[in-house]
Amino acid sequence: MTAPVLAVEEIGKSFKGFRAVERVSFSVDAGELLALIGPNGAGKTTTFNMINGQLAPDHGRVRLGGEDVTRSPPRALWRAGVARTFQITQTFASMSVAENLLVAILSRESATGLLADAGRANADEIQARLDEVGMGHAADTLCSVLAYGDLKRVELAIALVNDPRLLLMDEPTAGMAARERGALMRLVAERARQRNTAVLFTEHDMDVVFGHADRVVVMNRGRLIAEGTPAEVRANPLVREVYLGSTIGEANP
Amino acid sequence: MSLLEIRELDAWYGRAQILFGVSLAVEAGEAAVLIGRNGAGKSTLMKCIVGLEAERRGTIHFDGADLIAESTHRIARRGMGYVPEDRRIFMDLTVAENLAVGRLPSNGGAAWTPEAAFELFPPLAAMRDRKGGQMSGGEQQMLTIARALMGNPRFLLLDEPSEGLAPVIVEVIAGAIAKLKARGVGLLLSEQNLHFARAVADRAFVLDRGHIRFAGTLAELDADAALKEQYLAI
Amino acid sequence: MIASFLIQTLNGLASASLLFLVALGLTLIFGVTRVVNFAHGSFFMLGAYLAVSFHGFVGGGVLGFWGGALFAALAVGVVGAVAELTILRRIYRAPELLQLITTFGIVLLLKDVVLYTWGPEDILGPRAPGLTGAVWIFGKPFPQYDLLLLVLGPLIGLSVWLLLTRTDWGTRVRAATEDRDMAAALGINQALMFTGVFALGALLAGLAGALALPREPANHNMDLTIIADVFVVTVVGGLGSLPGAYVAAVIISVVKAWCIGIGDVRLFGMAFSFSKLTLVAEFIVMAIVLIIRPWGLFGTPQSPQRVSAASILPMPVPDVKRLWPLALVALALLMLPLLADRFTVVLATDIIIFALFAASLGLIMGLGGMASFGHAAYFGAGAYAAAVAFKAGAPFFVAVPAGVAFAGALAMLFGWFCVRLSGVSLAMLTLAFAQITWAIAFQWDSVTGGSNGLVGIWPPDLLSGKTAYYFATLLLAGAAILIIWRSAHAPLGYLMRAARDSRIRAEAVGVDVRIIQWRAIILAGAAAGLAGALYVFSKGSLSPDSLSIPRSVDALAMVLIGGVQTLVGPVVGAAVFMLLQDWIVRATPYWHAVLGITLILITIIFPQGIVGTLRQWRQRREGGP
Repeated sequence: MTAPVLAVEEIGKSFKGFRAVERVSFSVDAGELLALIGPNGAGKTTTFNMINGQLAPDHGRVRLGGEDVTRSPPRALWRAGVARTFQITQTFASMSVAENLLVAILSRESATGLLADAGRANADEIQARLDEVGMGHAADTLCSVLAYGDLKRVELAIALVNDPRLLLMDEPTAGMAARERGALMRLVAERARQRNTAVLFTEHDMDVVFGHADRVVVMNRGRLIAEGTPAEVRANPLVREVYLGSTIGEANP
Repeated sequence: MSLLEIRELDAWYGRAQILFGVSLAVEAGEAAVLIGRNGAGKSTLMKCIVGLEAERRGTIHFDGADLIAESTHRIARRGMGYVPEDRRIFMDLTVAENLAVGRLPSNGGAAWTPEAAFELFPPLAAMRDRKGGQMSGGEQQMLTIARALMGNPRFLLLDEPSEGLAPVIVEVIAGAIAKLKARGVGLLLSEQNLHFARAVADRAFVLDRGHIRFAGTLAELDADAALKEQYLAI
Repeated sequence: MIASFLIQTLNGLASASLLFLVALGLTLIFGVTRVVNFAHGSFFMLGAYLAVSFHGFVGGGVLGFWGGALFAALAVGVVGAVAELTILRRIYRAPELLQLITTFGIVLLLKDVVLYTWGPEDILGPRAPGLTGAVWIFGKPFPQYDLLLLVLGPLIGLSVWLLLTRTDWGTRVRAATEDRDMAAALGINQALMFTGVFALGALLAGLAGALALPREPANHNMDLTIIADVFVVTVVGGLGSLPGAYVAAVIISVVKAWCIGIGDVRLFGMAFSFSKLTLVAEFIVMAIVLIIRPWGLFGTPQSPQRVSAASILPMPVPDVKRLWPLALVALALLMLPLLADRFTVVLATDIIIFALFAASLGLIMGLGGMASFGHAAYFGAGAYAAAVAFKAGAPFFVAVPAGVAFAGALAMLFGWFCVRLSGVSLAMLTLAFAQITWAIAFQWDSVTGGSNGLVGIWPPDLLSGKTAYYFATLLLAGAAILIIWRSAHAPLGYLMRAARDSRIRAEAVGVDVRIIQWRAIILAGAAAGLAGALYVFSKGSLSPDSLSIPRSVDALAMVLIGGVQTLVGPVVGAAVFMLLQDWIVRATPYWHAVLGITLILITIIFPQGIVGTLRQWRQRREGGP
């Protein structure tokens, strides 16, 4: 049996005595979209940041394809095939869309030349990558003037430059219009199936979660309280009590 | 004229326009709720009213003055209380000190005291000397409202007051809002949680991508399924 | 041995008190206003001179000394309030670096105010009445006054702490230090509080200056000497921490005192002078602290400095068709010696050298977003290395590359520490490094010639004519500038800009930000070293001034005047600055003041620099983004 793309084993983290995350374990397989949900303060972001290398867990392991990558810094994870998007998009504001992708390519080649023309050689690849996310028309637009939804797509394109085996998305649709949300997640799902990419995302929008995730894990007060298919999780009474009660319950009064 | 009356308000962060011709009015003793998704412009609207961060154009009439060109501390001294989304408690200051920072002379009427605030939020009374940084999210939320009350506001802006809080605390806050209304304070809340909005507010404004899409009672909003589907997506 | 060790420790504690008072004021001001007040050392100096004058008017005795200290403190407090009301108030929303330049304008201004009022000579100050004797500790004498000072520092620190924690005003100051916008939203008048805090901070510095008089005469170097020490204290203690400021002041002062106390010893058969090592000791303390805790002993890790998108200018690949003005300038530069007199050719040589110096700083500041307040370290290192190599017999064509290599190596050493910090802490660190480099050049007589410097460093016959040297400079510096410009759109430049725009995004796509920044610092250091080496052969002599803080600030001023986020900006800024300086120096003996006022005005009126402002105008006219 092959190891899952991402395996989180009993990770935990405390801040000044406050246990933000306790003994959380789950895994994501190739081609699978796993949603990590829970109310505010449940420890989602902390868990997410321990996986992406921004926080070091107090205990536990993070494995990538069986290999231990606990405490690897973000740049090492990128080289190991992990890409991410941010809750509030992070792009290079002074650069054009194409240049944003160029940076990701340059770092891949660990090129730090002083005189080489960075732009020319990679123009075709960049155009193809932008076309994939439907942003091909905006290659020369500055990131600082893009609409938010477009910026999210650019960020996705940056993340995909490396053909990652694991894609981490922190609230991928936050701040987007409802229609755009569905389109972005369809793009991600299609990509995951085609290239066998594992996707882990946190999300507040239940339409996105139940419409696009293959599996859902639920956290509350630092612990994992449920795991299963969207239908199973939706039916779980514990989950309904701590989380869904206020939103889904309200949608169907 | 209403206690707070906003007309044709535009707002920008840098070059990005966040608000487009927003108009709304709230009376004294009334609670209105701004509903909209993340990024709809709710927080920006509140910051505009207190003169923080965003560039703004239009008119913001409050109690006989236009706030559009006023500096933030003057707006506060006119009786505009602000409870920000991320609470912004002074972490290194104790509860008592946080309240002391918010203290302003009363513009007539009984002045708020820490004791009066503790009656509204009983859990705070036992932690006068605790540092803001050592409080839970719910305690911080109570403190940030209490701190705003120390300025004896005639109007209170509450940005997502129920977000991420335990139901018990949400109830305390809902109770406090009801008492403030009874004292004649005008309130404008922003919420993503319709449940809470129904419990505390008289009227609703739906904000979507910087535009007001609906103004009316909560009952009218509940009746309009298409509107809810389009702008609130719940 | 133990007795003298104890005496030196006490001595260090007495010095620490003064350092602490100045650092305390700097920290208070920074905490609330987020302005690093470069002029804080000048307030210290002003305090000393004012106390001397008060003593002159009133005469000796208790009133003359302690009254003088009180008067100096209050007067400097008023000066601080006036500076805040007239100047600083206009720059709170400006980028941090611009604020540093503005406050350096105040440094220059006050320098000439002191020169004009009190003349150029050192003035011996009064001694504290009744405390001129010594107490005997383990059979060794220790000045009574130092004993008082030792107690006074912590005592004043304690009163400030009480003011901050036990009064309503202090509570509001602490609130504003944490979150000034929220404090304003609670009705706190920021403007009033900023003036008050600035006055209090200046008062503490003025008081320290007056209290320093029994230990050192009032002199013109007090301002920059103490500010460098204070920056080290702030970096070591942690930006914004009051206990940190005291502990760091104690550590640094005591270590220095020990070095002086140990004096000259023989180690492993070699003569070794610890007293000359005092500044290096400071450096070692700072280095150790920064390795273990990059944010200082009592500081908290800084959240990565977020550059607001609005303040970043794009840097598109230039359109070849738009480069014709550059070709015209190049042509004009080639023709210049045919049309101009000898004086103009020399000035043009200087401008080209400084254009390279500014461009090298622009590389790390503009593209890398890393402030450097000590870029002269590399300029001077290149100059000294070339000069020393030349004196040792190396010809021009070997000495210049030696200068470049040495400056690059120094940048490698300093840069290793620099990439661990960001923002104002980084700026303070670079300044401290430059000051240490300066002190080494100043003290190492046998190699650097000490304060006299080195003379007789001339290029070979081939380049001995002013015109020939002009062309050599144009070729070498011009090529280096073109390489720097080119690098902006080469991989290194892209990765630097990426790290500046969004460090976490850059890390998340595999960019090793520290390595990239390190390489950029080394490149910039080597380029500045080339400028320095060309400079020394153009002048024929060299003094520690080439490493001094004002030289670093010259480079900063050039970059900011021209426009930090443009490629040509620093070069344009160098030309404007040099021409302006040349003109002002010839027009008035008080050129420091005029230059200072000019810097203040430019930073207030053109916060984006000349090229940046022009570009904004053009964009507005074209209606583009």
